[in-house]
Amino acid sequence: MRLIRPGDYLVMMLAGALCLTLFWQLWAGETARTLTIRSKGKLWREVSLLHNQILDVPGPLGLTRIEVHNGRARIGSDPGARQYCVKQGWLDKAGQSAICLPNQTSIELGNGAAHYDSLSF
Amino acid sequence: MTASVSEHLSLRVGADDQRIAALAAIAIVLALIDAGLPSPLPGIKPGLANIVTLLALYHLGWRAALWVSLLRILGAGLLLGSLLTPGFFLSLAGALASLAALALAFRLPGTWFGPVSLSIVAAFSHIAGQLLLARLWLIPSDGILYFVPPFALAALVTGLVNGIIAARLLAPTPQQDA
Repeated sequence: MRLIRPGDYLVMMLAGALCLTLFWQLWAGETARTLTIRSKGKLWREVSLLHNQILDVPGPLGLTRIEVHNGRARIGSDPGARQYCVKQGWLDKAGQSAICLPNQTSIELGNGAAHYDSLSF
Repeated sequence: MTASVSEHLSLRVGADDQRIAALAAIAIVLALIDAGLPSPLPGIKPGLANIVTLLALYHLGWRAALWVSLLRILGAGLLLGSLLTPGFFLSLAGALASLAALALAFRLPGTWFGPVSLSIVAAFSHIAGQLLLARLWLIPSDGILYFVPPFALAALVTGLVNGIIAARLLAPTPQQDA
C-alpha cells in the first residue's frame, strides 16, 4: 500500500482550500474605506480614508482633532479628561470605532456596508 | 466481587490492554516532547502523539484509540502539572473532537483514503474542538476568529507530516504490533 493514496490528495486539496477560504474570509475583506464622524449625536461628516486630512470637530469642550492618513484614522487630540479615544491609536479595520464621550464626538470605520458592533446587534 | 475476596483480587490484563498501555506510554513521551518544543503561537504544536493514536486506530480499533488518547492526556497532564487547567481541557476537547471525526473517517474506503487523510481530518477536528471550547468558555468573543487561519494552516502541515509518519510506520509489516 502506498504511503499517500489517491483520496489523500483529495483530502489535502480540500484542507488547503479550507485554509485559503479561512484566510480570505477572516483576514482580508475587513479593510476599512470610509470614516463616519459623529458629533453631539448627529452625523457630522463622512469622509474617505484614501484622502489624507486633518479634521477639527467642534464639541461642547472644544475641538477634537481627527487625523486620516494612509487608510487609517485616529483621534489626534481631544479636550476630554481621560483621553481614552486618543490612546486607542490608529484604527484601520471596518467596524472599529473610537468614542470621545466628554466632547460628544465619535469616529467609526466602515467599508461602505453597514456593520454590526458590540453595542448594536 | 465482594470485600471478602479482596485478598485474591486481581486485574486480568489482556494482550490488548498491554498494547494500549504501551502505546499510551509512547504517546505520553511524545506529548512531553511536544510540550518542550518552542512554538510560534501558543496552541500550535506538532501533535506527535497523534501518530500513536492513528497506530492504535489501525492496529487495535477505535476504542483502543480512544483509550490511548485519554490515557495520554491524563498522563501528560499529570507529568506537566497541567491537570485540570484550561490547557488540559483544551487538549481534551481537541482529542474528543478528533476521535469523533476519526470514527467517521475510518469508514472511508481504505484503498483510497489512508492514514494521511485520517491524520489531516483529525488535525482539523482537533483545532475545531479546541477553538469551540475556547470560544464558549475561555475567550467569549469573536475576536478569536482572527486566530483561526494560522491554526488551520498549522493543522494542515502537522496533519500531513504526522499522517505520512503514521503511514510509514504502518506500511512495512501491517500485522506486527507497534
